[in-house]
Amino acid sequence: MIQLTHASIDFAALTESVRSTQAGAVVLFLGTVREMTQGRQTVALDYDAYPEMAEAKLKELEAEARTRWPVIEAGIVHRLGHLELGDISVAVAVSCPHRHQAFDAGRFLIDRLKEVVPIWKKENWNDGSTEWVHPGTDQPVAAPSKH
Amino acid sequence: MKTVVKLFARARDLAGSPALELDLSESATAADLRLALGKRVPALEPILSSLLIAVGNDYAAPTTPVAGRTDLAVFPPVSGG
Repeated sequence: MIQLTHASIDFAALTESVRSTQAGAVVLFLGTVREMTQGRQTVALDYDAYPEMAEAKLKELEAEARTRWPVIEAGIVHRLGHLELGDISVAVAVSCPHRHQAFDAGRFLIDRLKEVVPIWKKENWNDGSTEWVHPGTDQPVAAPSKH
Repeated sequence: MKTVVKLFARARDLAGSPALELDLSESATAADLRLALGKRVPALEPILSSLLIAVGNDYAAPTTPVAGRTDLAVFPPVSGG
């Protein structure tokens, strides 16, 4: 199952949806909103996407994973909108006959998701500034607040 | 020919709009689109070389034709997850 959603992610239901009597292993990955990044404090993240292309790319990734590992079922759900600290931004669940296959397929899916799926996060820092996260680009560093 | 390009994330903020209409030649490629964007929106200059161009649901190469397409999008490197 591939899904973009503004609702909180039901990772238990997602995990259950990939379980199968053909599988000996189920791996679940959750991405969650982290407070500290290189010494800076996050208060929230805003996620935006190009939905049509994001869903197409996620389907391509699932299809590629199925060509490389004996995936029984796979599910990827990415949340969009405003997320608070600790919220789940992404969930990847994979079932395979054996654990190494499930770990490898799951890792492939989340690693490639972060490289090719058109979704972006915007940091809301604790000094009130906001900043899109665009790896590899020179971001203007927000001036530290002086007291 | 008139060609509409969708913008996302920081590209959208810098342009101040979710989409732009550009006038491109009939033989225009993704590389031409990048140049046209920089001329149209000088504010994009700092990230122009890093912008990704999508035609439909696929990433374009510099030589990919883009003129007349109705499914073009331009955005900075992705950061989902």
